[in-house]
Amino acid sequence: MSDLLEIDRLVVGYGGAPVLHELSFSIPSGAVVGLLGANGAGKTTLMRAIAGLVAPRSGSVVFDGDVLDDVAVEDRARRGLAQVPEGRSVVAELTVDENLRLGALWRFRGAERERAIDEIYELFEPLARRRSSAGHQLSGGERQMLALGRALIARPRLLLLDEPSLGLAPLVVASILEVLRDTADRTGLTVLLAEQNVTSALSIADRGIVLGLGEIVADAPADTLAADSALRHAYLGF
Amino acid sequence: MTAPSFPTFASLNGAPRLTGTPRLLVTSVILTLVAIGGTFLLDPYRNYQLAVIAAYFCATAGLTMLVGLTGQLSLGHAALMAAGGYGYALTANASTDAGVDGVARFLVSLVGAVVVAGLAGLLLGLAAARLRGPYLAGLTLAVVIALPAVTSVFSGVFRGDQGLQIAYDGVPPFLRTLIAVEQWQAWVAILVTSVTVTVLAGLRRGRAGLRMRAVHGDETAARLSGVPAGRVKVFAFTMSSISAGVGGALLCFVTQSVSPGAYTLAFSLLLLVAVVIGGLGSIGGAALGAVVVVLLPWLIGTATAALELPADVEQRLSGNVSVLVFGLLLIVVTAVWPGGIAGALGRRMPRARDQVAAGTPVAPADAPPPAVPVTTSTSSVSHSIPTETER
Amino acid sequence: MDRLLYLLATGLARGAVFALFALSLVLIWRAARIVNFAQGAMAVVATYVAFAVTGLTGSYWLGLGSALLAGAAIGFAVERGVMRFAPQGSPFSGVIIAIGLVMVLQSALGILFGQQHRPMAVPFDERPIMIAGVPVFSPYDLFVLVVAVAVMAALALLFTRTSLGLQLRASAFAPEVSRLLGVRVSRMLTIGWMLSAAVASLAALLLVPTELGLNPHSTDMLFVYAFTVAVVGGLDSPPGALIGGLVVGLVISLVTGYLGSTVAPIAVLVLLVVVLLVRPGGIFAAREARTA
Repeated sequence: MSDLLEIDRLVVGYGGAPVLHELSFSIPSGAVVGLLGANGAGKTTLMRAIAGLVAPRSGSVVFDGDVLDDVAVEDRARRGLAQVPEGRSVVAELTVDENLRLGALWRFRGAERERAIDEIYELFEPLARRRSSAGHQLSGGERQMLALGRALIARPRLLLLDEPSLGLAPLVVASILEVLRDTADRTGLTVLLAEQNVTSALSIADRGIVLGLGEIVADAPADTLAADSALRHAYLGF
Repeated sequence: MTAPSFPTFASLNGAPRLTGTPRLLVTSVILTLVAIGGTFLLDPYRNYQLAVIAAYFCATAGLTMLVGLTGQLSLGHAALMAAGGYGYALTANASTDAGVDGVARFLVSLVGAVVVAGLAGLLLGLAAARLRGPYLAGLTLAVVIALPAVTSVFSGVFRGDQGLQIAYDGVPPFLRTLIAVEQWQAWVAILVTSVTVTVLAGLRRGRAGLRMRAVHGDETAARLSGVPAGRVKVFAFTMSSISAGVGGALLCFVTQSVSPGAYTLAFSLLLLVAVVIGGLGSIGGAALGAVVVVLLPWLIGTATAALELPADVEQRLSGNVSVLVFGLLLIVVTAVWPGGIAGALGRRMPRARDQVAAGTPVAPADAPPPAVPVTTSTSSVSHSIPTETER
Repeated sequence: MDRLLYLLATGLARGAVFALFALSLVLIWRAARIVNFAQGAMAVVATYVAFAVTGLTGSYWLGLGSALLAGAAIGFAVERGVMRFAPQGSPFSGVIIAIGLVMVLQSALGILFGQQHRPMAVPFDERPIMIAGVPVFSPYDLFVLVVAVAVMAALALLFTRTSLGLQLRASAFAPEVSRLLGVRVSRMLTIGWMLSAAVASLAALLLVPTELGLNPHSTDMLFVYAFTVAVVGGLDSPPGALIGGLVVGLVISLVTGYLGSTVAPIAVLVLLVVVLLVRPGGIFAAREARTA
């Protein structure tokens, strides 16, 4: 399998000491990879750098063979790189339907667009009942479903998902992750899932990358990581 | 035995070792004396210009303190100058009727100007304290636009568009052989401005200034640390207004009249230009700004007159060219040079940061402006708008 | 009674123009969080274009069309050429730059065309029609009202029913998220400015002929009135702009009719102060505090 995403000696910082130190790894097409690590390890920064929201000091993000250095955020999205930021960034002023539509705009037109929207409603049934509710009226779980559905609607090739479990009940998290795993199996979607909730993440991931203070401390198949008690104690806290 | 260490003349000449309020006062006295000495080198028209610059400096010093320190953007300082001008003229005419004249009439009228401008500033400041940024700017804009309407509606007091005329204040008898009336007016303007600006500079460097900066940086944080944000803002607005009002009074004293036509929106924006190009928050910058807004239109006018253009072209150019230049300056300075002239000089001459500027400007024809600018950063706190995705 | 009816009717027509101009301020505020103090000056430049085109071709309608195009072009130039360089750190750098723009545009017009007021012709009669012996609207008032209502309805449709409108709203509310979804936010910002400036130009073109005539400062008062409207209605609320426009239009018309035109600016100032003090969020804005 070829690599869909390749991170090459990436250095990112916000003024002071770098948050990510010469990070390198790659993700093959179709893989579901958990990005693990404690708060402050640099998970969100890495996600934002891949999406183009922060400019790296050096190093590159290579997506499907193309170096993305000079590609704007919106163009990365249009190349099939979707991100669901931390905090389930549903546009509060828009309705559920409008939020979904926004995600589909550049990809589909006319009847195709309506069909894509309907597919998301089938995937996340609770959303279908709240089509015309405004974003700010939704529960946390509904927001996460909407944010995920809105990212999936344009059929991305790589999904960056940042802390989907934050503040949600375990059952809700499990059902959302299950939908994600199914979609990945069905469509060949590649997923990079950043999580503090290691158990949830490893339950659906093929592989786990553990970040500790901006460096990779472990990169191994999910079941190996789950079994490595020394590593778990040192970096993952369980 | 060691030499006593009180200030000597030597220390005043070189690098002054005084600090705090004494140093401010000494600087102020020196600059005032230099400015008054400078009037002997100027012809009557230049002395008139110097008096006008001093009057403008009162207004710009007050405005720069308000905008630079507390972050309250007023577009209506011309209206507050007008309040001072009308306060001065009404008191002066009442004094004349009561048989008071000369220096006594001037001082009483000046008090009248301070009271009227202070009250106007207090009222506006009470409204302003609850508003920020564009809302305050819009409100003050509406005030200056409504000024002609106010003078027309209450034309019994303000005499509408014609405005008020006051009796002529000549040179006091004991000086009459020595100086002309323009030079006397320049002296009065310099002295009054120097007192006003010294008071402002004192406020700025003291506790009040600290509180104003605290309110600007982060109002909530300031409140939490016990700074009464509302009162600080109202106080700043009132002081700024009084200062502008003194400027209006001086203009009325120099021109013997006050009318709404002199305090238009265009003039109000000119005051803003002066404080922005001088560097927001810098009193030295306010002095430089006052010099620029008085002298540049005059220079451009002189230059276009020298070109001997057709009458209609010259009429179109007159006034408009300087406004065009000021507009461009406003945009360019804000976009690329946010510290203004004072900020740029401050970067070149790091030592200048320690010095306090207070006093009156001197026409650049004789000497470089003695006022050394003090840099104040205009809010480095970023007011980014939160994305309203989550609530 | 007749007089009251007449004043209410003309107040309605003026209010529609104020509402239209206020709406243009709301559009920019929502897109860029800038109260565009240069809106009046930009609109008066477009009105001069209309004046020139009408003068050359003899057609009012070509003038109107060119004012809309010129307005959009000015909006484009101002956003790309000037506002983009406003430092983000200071809360009022946008206001100060806009004021610099006012000075540049008005003085440039003064240099090119002079300061005198130039009368502008309109294609409809400005004398009121008599209905049952009572003077009400003039045909021109009616034209103004129809155009204003049609433009507002078209804008409402654009924003709520089209993909472009959805992208414009999303870019204003959540720029970063919109970019992540592939929306070209910076293009949306430019389109917002163009749309807003074109609407403002139309409002100016409708109002100027009923005032003293065209002069570089013709829209100073319109801006103040429209700012008041936007504050009364809430800068974030398009329906607020509509209702605020009608309130201000009626207040000005009644005050002018019964107390004289010199009192009108004072009445608007009083209204502005009262609203800002009593309801600092505007009458219709539910959540945004004026300390934003």
